[in-house]
Amino acid sequence: MTSTTFPPSPPEDASWSRYFGFNTDAKVIGIQYIVVAFFFFLIGGLLAMIIRGELITPAADLVDRTVYNGIYTMHGTIMLFLFIFPVLNGLNNLLIPTMIGAPDMAFPRLNAVAFWLVPIFGTLLIASFFVPGGPAYSGWWSYPPVSTQNPLGHFVNGQGLWLTAVALSGVSSIMGAVNFVTTILRMRAPGMGFFRMPVFCWTALAAQSLQLIGLPALTGGAIMLLMDLNFGTSFYQPEGGGDPVLYQHFFWFYSHPAVYVIILPVFGIFSELFPVYSRKPLFGYVYVCLASFIIVGLGLVVWVHHFFSSGVAQWMRNLFMFTTMLIAVPTGVKVFAWLGTIWRGKLRLTTPMLFCLGGLFNFVFAGITGIMLATVPVDIHVSNTYFVVGHFHYVIYGAAVMGIFAAIYHWFPKFIGRMPYEGLGKLHFLLTFVGANLNFLPMHPLGLMGMPRRVSSYDPEFAFWNVLASLGAFLLGVSIIPFLLNMVSAWVRGPKATHNPWNAIGLEWLLPSPPPEDNFGEHVPTVISRPYGYGTGEPLVDHQAEIERELTLQEAST
Amino acid sequence: MTNTSGRSKPPVGSRPAISRLGLVALIGWIALLVVLSWWMSQVAYRWLPVQASSAAPLVDGLFSFETGVGTFVFGGVLSVMAWVIVMHRAEKYDESDAEPIEGNTRLEVIWTVIPLLLVMAIAVYAMRVNTSLGVLGPMEHIHLANPVEDQGGYPADRLPAEQVEVIARQWSWEFRYPEANVSSTELHLPVDQPVTFRLVSDDVLHGFYIPAFRLKQDVIPGRAIDFNLTPSREGRYRLRDSQFSGTWFAANQADVVVESPEAYQAWLKTAAAQPLQPGLSDAVAEFGARQQLKNPGWATVPPAPPPQVNVPGSNTLPHDA
Repeated sequence: MTSTTFPPSPPEDASWSRYFGFNTDAKVIGIQYIVVAFFFFLIGGLLAMIIRGELITPAADLVDRTVYNGIYTMHGTIMLFLFIFPVLNGLNNLLIPTMIGAPDMAFPRLNAVAFWLVPIFGTLLIASFFVPGGPAYSGWWSYPPVSTQNPLGHFVNGQGLWLTAVALSGVSSIMGAVNFVTTILRMRAPGMGFFRMPVFCWTALAAQSLQLIGLPALTGGAIMLLMDLNFGTSFYQPEGGGDPVLYQHFFWFYSHPAVYVIILPVFGIFSELFPVYSRKPLFGYVYVCLASFIIVGLGLVVWVHHFFSSGVAQWMRNLFMFTTMLIAVPTGVKVFAWLGTIWRGKLRLTTPMLFCLGGLFNFVFAGITGIMLATVPVDIHVSNTYFVVGHFHYVIYGAAVMGIFAAIYHWFPKFIGRMPYEGLGKLHFLLTFVGANLNFLPMHPLGLMGMPRRVSSYDPEFAFWNVLASLGAFLLGVSIIPFLLNMVSAWVRGPKATHNPWNAIGLEWLLPSPPPEDNFGEHVPTVISRPYGYGTGEPLVDHQAEIERELTLQEAST
Repeated sequence: MTNTSGRSKPPVGSRPAISRLGLVALIGWIALLVVLSWWMSQVAYRWLPVQASSAAPLVDGLFSFETGVGTFVFGGVLSVMAWVIVMHRAEKYDESDAEPIEGNTRLEVIWTVIPLLLVMAIAVYAMRVNTSLGVLGPMEHIHLANPVEDQGGYPADRLPAEQVEVIARQWSWEFRYPEANVSSTELHLPVDQPVTFRLVSDDVLHGFYIPAFRLKQDVIPGRAIDFNLTPSREGRYRLRDSQFSGTWFAANQADVVVESPEAYQAWLKTAAAQPLQPGLSDAVAEFGARQQLKNPGWATVPPAPPPQVNVPGSNTLPHDA
C-alpha cells in the first residue's frame, strides 16, 4: 500500500499496518528492515546460546555433533545476512534521504522489492532446519568439498537452500546498493556538495560501492557451488579437475570487502555522534571522508589474508600481508579523528555516546589483534583458531553492533517521534559492554593456546576460558532484554520527541519528528556550510532560524 | 574546567602553553606506558604453548613484539579516552558548545606517516620471519584417487632425506614413513632434525596444525603440499585438524611424539615389525555408538574406515601442548 498525501495527516496517525505491507516510503522500509533484522537477531542469538552452552564443557554432550555444526553455521549466516546487513540497510533507508534532503530513495519500488526479499530468503534459510538431513553445516564460508558432500543425496537439501538464500541475499543487496549509490549521487539538497555531505553518507556511499564491485564475485562463486552440489559439475572438485581453493578466492573477494560494508557505516555513525555529544566539529572532516574511499580501494585487495594457511603460494602471503597492513593507516586516521573530536569537548554521556565510546574501545582492541592477524607468521599459528573468532566478534559485536545500538538510540526520537528511556539504555550499555568483553576476550588466549574454531568438543585444558566466554555470552543474551523493553515501551508510551532533542546539526534534525512521508517535500533547504558546525555559530542551511522557529511552533501547538 | 589549564597531553588543534608540571606528568605517563608495554611483551610468551619447533621462537618473538606495540597504542588511546571522559565532561546544565576546532593538517600528517612507517616495519619484520621459516615447499597437483602411485613420479632431486607422508581423512590422520615402510596414526619425529611432510587429503580440506610447533598448513584434496619443519623439544603434543572437515572435525586429532634420534630409530624398527591393524579413529567409534541411537541427529557422511597401520599409538595420553 502506498500512502497518499490526501488527506494530509501526520504520519504518527497513519495506520501501523503500513509496516506490514508493500510500502515505498524509505522511512517505513527502514523500520521494516530494522524490525525484521532484530527478529532474526533473536534467532541467531538463541543459536549462539546453544553454541556457548555446548562449549561450557569440553565434551560434545549438549547436542549431537551434526546439530552443533548446523547451529554454528546458521548462527554465522543469520547474523551476517539476516541481521547485520538488513539492519544497516534499515539505517541507510532512514538516514540517507533525510540527511541529504531527498524526498525518498531514487527507486522506491526497487527499494521495497529489495526489502521484501529479506523475509523471503530468511524464511528459506530457516526452512532448511526442517528439510531431511538438516540445515547447511559447513560454516558460513561453505568451503567445498565439505559443502558439496550432501550426505543424504536429496536434491532439496540444507546446503542447497543455504546457497539459494545467499544468492537471493546478494540480489537484494545489489538492488539496495544501486538505490543508495544513485540516491547519494543524484538527490542531494541544493548546496550540498560532496564536501558538505554528512560522513554517514560518505561511508554509505563507500560501503555500497563495495557491494556493487564485490557481490557479483560471491554470487557467481555461489552459483558454481550450487551447480557442483546439485548438478554434478566439478568447478571445485579435484577429482573432476576443479580446485577447491578457487572457491576461497571467489568467496573472500567479496566477503572481505563485506567486513567494510559492515564497519564503514559504523564509522559513519561514530563520526556523526561524537560531534553531537562532544559539542565540537568532527576533527579533520575531509580526511575522514577520504579515508573511507582509501579503505574501499585497499579493502578490495586484501582478500587472501583470510586463507594464508590454505594452498596459497608464499608470494601471495607476503603481498597480501602488506596490503592488509596498509589498511591500518586510513583506519587509524579515523580513530585519531574521533579522539581529536572528543578532546576538549563538552561530553555528555548519554546512551548513544556510551555505546560509541564502548564501540571505539572494542574497535581499537580489534584493530590491534587485526594487525597481529595480518602478519603471516602469527596468522599461520592462530588462523582458524578462537583467536580469529575473538577478533571478529570484537569487530562485529563489540564495534559494529554497539555502533548500531548507538544509532538506534540516537535516531529513535527522529523516526518514531518518541524518546527512548535513558535508564534502560544505560543498563543495556553496561550489560552489553561487560558481556561482550567477557565473552570475546577469553577467546584470544584460547586461540593462542591452539583451540581450533568450529569444534564441538575440545581438550580439557581449554575449559577455564571457555567457561568465562560462555558466562559472557549468557550475559549478552540477558542484555537484549532491557533493549527490547526500552524500544517497545518507548514506542508505545515514551515522551514525545521534539524535532531536535539532542541539539544536533544536520538536515534530518530540521524535519519534524517523525518526518512527513516526503520529508522536506517542495521546501528543501539550501545547504550553506559543512556539517558538524558545533560552536562555530554558522547555520547549516539558508533560513535555518525560520525553519526551526516554525518547527518549534508546530510542536507547541500539538 | 581543565579545558584551559592544559595539564595533559599536547592539546589537539590550538595549543595553549603546557605547564612544566603537566609536561613532567605527561612524560611520566608515557614512560609508564612504555614499561607496561615491555612487560606485556614478556608476558605474551606465557599465553602460548611450549616452543617445540625451530619456528616457535621466531613466531613468538614477532607476537611478543606486536603485543608490546599493541599495548602501547591501546594504552595511549585509552588514556586519551579516559582523560576526556573524566576531565572534559559538560557541566550539568551547560548546553553550550565547545571551542570549534575543525582539524589540524600537521597532526593529520603525523598520524598518517607514523602508523604507515610502523605497520610497514612490522610487515618487513614479518616477511623476514616468513623467509627464515621457509615452511612451504613445492605444491603440485596430483590425481586424488592414487596418491601413493604419484609418489613414484616425484622428482628425485627434490626428495628430502626424511619425508613423512601425511594422509588426512574424514576423520583420521595417517602417517607413512616410506623409507622404513612404516605407517602409524601417531606421528613420531626425531628432535632437532629437519623433516619434510607431504600433505595429501583423501576427501575434503583438512588443516595440519600442531600448536606447539606454531605451524599450520591446509591439506588440499588434489594437491600434494610439501611442508618443512624442525621439531626442537622432546615431548608429546597434539595435532589438530584446523580446517572444518565435517561432523567429527573436532575429534580429528592425533598425537605427535618428538623423541631423541635413537628412540625414533628404535620406534621405526619395532613398528616395521608390527602387523597391520586398524589405526585410531575416534569418529568410527562414535559413529558406531550413534547408529544405535533412535534419533541420532542430522545426516552425516560416514567416517572412512580406520587406516591399516603398524602402530595405532594413542591419543589419550597426557600431552605437553
